[in-house]
Amino acid sequence: MDILTSLILIPVLTVLALLFCKELKNIRVIAAVGMTIQLLQAIRLVFIYMAERASGNDSEMILKKSYQWFESINIQYAVGVDGISVLMILLTGIIIFTGIFTSWKMEYLTKEFFISLIVLATGVFGFFISLDLFTLFLFYELAVLPMYLLIGIWGTGKKEYAAMKLTLMLMGGSALLLVGLLGIYFNSAPDGGQLTFNILEIAKVTIPIEAQRFFFPLTFIGFGVLGALFPFHTWSPDGHASAPTAVSMLHAGVLMKLGGYGAFRVAMYLMPEAANEMAWIFIILTSTSVIYGALGAIVQTDLKYINAYSSVSHCGLVLFAVLMMNQTAFDGAILQMLSHGLMTALFFALIGMIYERTGTRDIKKMGGLMKVMPFLAVAYVIAGFASLGLPGLSGFVAEMTIFVGAFQNEDTFHRIVTIIAVSSIVVTAVYILRVVGKILLGPMIDEKHSLISDAVWHEKIPIFVLLFTIIAMGIAPLWMSDIIWESLGPIVDKLVMLTN
Amino acid sequence: MEFSYTIYIALIPFAVFVINGLFGSKIKESFTGYLGVAGMVVATYLSYFTAYHYFFKVGKAVDGAYQKVIGFNMEWLRFTESLHIDIGVLLDPISVMMLVVITTISLMVHIYSLGYMKGDKGYSRFFAFLSLFTFSMLGLVVATNIFQMYMFWELVGLSSYLLIAHYYQKPSAVAASKKAFIVTRFADLGFLIGILILSYLTGTFDFNILCNPEGPAFMQSSSAVFLGLSTMGWALILIFMGGAGKSAMFPFHIWLPDAMEGPTPVSALIHAATMVVAGVFLIARLFPIFAIVAPNALEVVAVIGGFSSIFAAVIACTQTDIKRILAFSTMSQIGYMMLALGVSGYGAEAGLGFMASMFHLFTHAMFKALLFLGAGAIIHAIHTNNLSEMGNLRKYMPIPHITFLIACLAISGIPPFAGFFSKDEILVAAYNHNQIYFWVEWIVAGLTAFYMFRLYFGIFWGKEKKYDHTPHDAPFSMTFPLIFLAIASAIVGFIPFSNFVTSDGLPFDIQMHWEIALPSIGIAIFGIIVAFVFYKKESDLPNRAVASFGSFYKYALNKFYFDELYLFVARKVIFKRFSSPIAWFDRHIIDATMDGVATITNYIALKIKGLQSGQLQQYASVFVSGVLLLIVIFIYLISV
Repeated sequence: MDILTSLILIPVLTVLALLFCKELKNIRVIAAVGMTIQLLQAIRLVFIYMAERASGNDSEMILKKSYQWFESINIQYAVGVDGISVLMILLTGIIIFTGIFTSWKMEYLTKEFFISLIVLATGVFGFFISLDLFTLFLFYELAVLPMYLLIGIWGTGKKEYAAMKLTLMLMGGSALLLVGLLGIYFNSAPDGGQLTFNILEIAKVTIPIEAQRFFFPLTFIGFGVLGALFPFHTWSPDGHASAPTAVSMLHAGVLMKLGGYGAFRVAMYLMPEAANEMAWIFIILTSTSVIYGALGAIVQTDLKYINAYSSVSHCGLVLFAVLMMNQTAFDGAILQMLSHGLMTALFFALIGMIYERTGTRDIKKMGGLMKVMPFLAVAYVIAGFASLGLPGLSGFVAEMTIFVGAFQNEDTFHRIVTIIAVSSIVVTAVYILRVVGKILLGPMIDEKHSLISDAVWHEKIPIFVLLFTIIAMGIAPLWMSDIIWESLGPIVDKLVMLTN
Repeated sequence: MEFSYTIYIALIPFAVFVINGLFGSKIKESFTGYLGVAGMVVATYLSYFTAYHYFFKVGKAVDGAYQKVIGFNMEWLRFTESLHIDIGVLLDPISVMMLVVITTISLMVHIYSLGYMKGDKGYSRFFAFLSLFTFSMLGLVVATNIFQMYMFWELVGLSSYLLIAHYYQKPSAVAASKKAFIVTRFADLGFLIGILILSYLTGTFDFNILCNPEGPAFMQSSSAVFLGLSTMGWALILIFMGGAGKSAMFPFHIWLPDAMEGPTPVSALIHAATMVVAGVFLIARLFPIFAIVAPNALEVVAVIGGFSSIFAAVIACTQTDIKRILAFSTMSQIGYMMLALGVSGYGAEAGLGFMASMFHLFTHAMFKALLFLGAGAIIHAIHTNNLSEMGNLRKYMPIPHITFLIACLAISGIPPFAGFFSKDEILVAAYNHNQIYFWVEWIVAGLTAFYMFRLYFGIFWGKEKKYDHTPHDAPFSMTFPLIFLAIASAIVGFIPFSNFVTSDGLPFDIQMHWEIALPSIGIAIFGIIVAFVFYKKESDLPNRAVASFGSFYKYALNKFYFDELYLFVARKVIFKRFSSPIAWFDRHIIDATMDGVATITNYIALKIKGLQSGQLQQYASVFVSGVLLLIVIFIYLISV
């Protein structure tokens, strides 16, 4: 069977199996088995990809398949991957796999929970393999919608409000996006001929600049809302704070990456001329995100809010890098998506586990937890250091690539915004160490916390997997960077044509 | 000679760290300590072996200069074709010298810790982090490119953070570790931006290309000028900012005294002998660029170094915590090294300052580690850091007493101990460059002798204090490093350093400059005599001296209120004026706007909801009135 389609079929089959399952134990075993197979498939895909490239296949996308789906407006089910999407699929596989294990103890409406979670993941997988804008949009919506149920039903705190807010804001983004995508479609054949949704086809033509000027901002903002673009990021803190652990992991870990990936693959790739003209507006917005999110995180006291603002800052860096329009910065943007996905998933997993034990997420009510739960505490510290960009962990690789890439632009404007973005590394250190110092180190504040036990096996699995990948990416980044680098060829060629 | 094995000098401690870190809680505790020591023995042997071969066998090129040898190199991460981070080993006189210093001190500290940390709850964790530090520091000094150096630079910062927070349940230790990390990271921001500018201007990270006088770094003279400095100059000053942060130079010095919260062996290794001199090493590594392309930037180094040295020396005279006195003394001595680099020129005899700086780094590592380890032995015995709770300890602790005395003589610059030779060269270099520097450092020499002997007399002489139990002499694992380092402090001054380490690799000979040496010995002896009169016996002389200084003493005692200033900036400015408003703005403006859009939509919906009431009569009446209205309009239109 076609491996890409199997990436959609496996989750669908898992969902079907779950529908007919009654016992709590079986439900999570089925979910775990399904997602383990999915993860293995994702890993296999990386090897297949590398073997293909090694054997000299240098076409833009490989493993391409295309079926006519809706002929009258030429919608196709077209799939294919390059190095970037392969890595994003791997990331998604890791996050959904670890997410299942973090939800091991989910007892309320278990079946429905896992079904929604896996439907969400299906949407994400579909999004990353799609080459057709229409199917891409379809999968995008498929990923966003279960979020409403997941937060509204299984969430905590002001969950209805948060679920409503998140869904409405993302839907608002989708509305802009839909207009943008249709605009691209209707301009996909400026010289006459068959209109198309296929990204590869559209990339071959130049969309008229007037159309680009109109549709680029729509598309970019549409994706940007999901990528926490300032000032459309406010769904993120409330949404994360109310969401159950696995949902926060998936959301911050991969769903927000849909924004960055889409902005890069659709907005920038298909409309580079307008991107070049308008980048400065969005550069201002994204560099604001970077420093604003970091400064906002300093004063928060809820662990999830801190992490949500930190995500605003880190995801802002992704979009910032995408707008820097050179190969190094693009490379950094993709690396940052991977790195942020892994470490933020780890963060949310740990926060969930800490919350289960202490019953609070308020950093003022915790202290000295290192003594009672060393394993979780050490994992938290490592995640923190990855977040503040310590060498040897994934964050450093990504951030440095972005900074060096951004600094290749010669003009003063780019220099200044880059320096602003770079300065976020200090602010990040402040809020990370503040949390570590408050909750993990120091004397114990609450006597009840002395009874806390450390992680158990189904908590250790996701933590080990995520820690391993963060460290592996931090110690040996070159192979990953190379896969991304060579896949950036087509878009960089377009940019070079633009500047000449 | 093949130097590729040198990578193992760094990798062995790393392997020890991994083993101790992962399995430390499962294996026998004492084993972790012995494993750490064993790893260091091998690494030390390898570095001595390397040093021997480099300096005496193969290091010299045909023209007699020491060459740069790449022992090992591999690509680690690629940014562009020319900009890539490599991990490798670069051997040249300064890196080989640093290998010797780091492994020697680290080995001694490892052995010492076997005794000092015995019974500590975090014993295996401590040894794991000690190995991590050693690995990072070794990786830093052998870096082949500036980005590798930056990476390991961050890693030594991490190890320092982890080790300062060793007693992690103590709030002061947690605060100190956080402060150390954040202050140095702020400085590192400058370093990073400096690297970005430098790499943009030259198109490379590689030290060999950067420091090559025919390379791109030296073609930049015509580049743009901003505030009187070239872009290159600014890049170098920003890089120096990173160095100043790590080396606790003014105004980034505030973390160093607090870092003394860590266990004393850590203070000896990281905060005295090795990590804090990384800034000096960084300038030395980029020295050709500083000296030739941007002499202005080098002048900044000299000024900061000189000011830091006197600033710290003054504060050191007033403190009562013995470890903090040593911390300020460290800052002061590093100021010497920075100043020496700052006043140096490039090339054989002109590079006297460079050579003196490296020499002082070398000797300082020995005697300062010794001082800290000696202080550790005392703290270990009587469980206090406070000078006023000590006295007459020479009776109980003969070995720490003698070794401490040797170290004090060495740091005060009394011949024939090590510090005399290196300090003398620095003073000569300063004198040749600018006499003001010389006189400042001359005064600092006197202050140094005074506060060190204040410490010495205060601890080992004077009136005996009440101790909880009779102070015991240190175990052999602790006295052995003291004796070893005392011997080193006594003799390393006789190494003809200028034959090995020079700014351009060409050896030269130096002469004694007695006209400089005699006054400096004079003021050192004067300082010792004052300390002797004040502190040998209990007297009210110190108090009278304090009174005569008035409020200046109070300022110095409070470290000139720099901690308070930083705290003010952090709490009142950043936290209150930036972060809190941003958080408020985000909740009440941006988010409220989004909520407002929703509310308005809701409101409009509510208002127009009446139209869809489902009441037939209402629909009918609207329908009829609509029809009537249209009829009127049509009639009007037709009639016109």
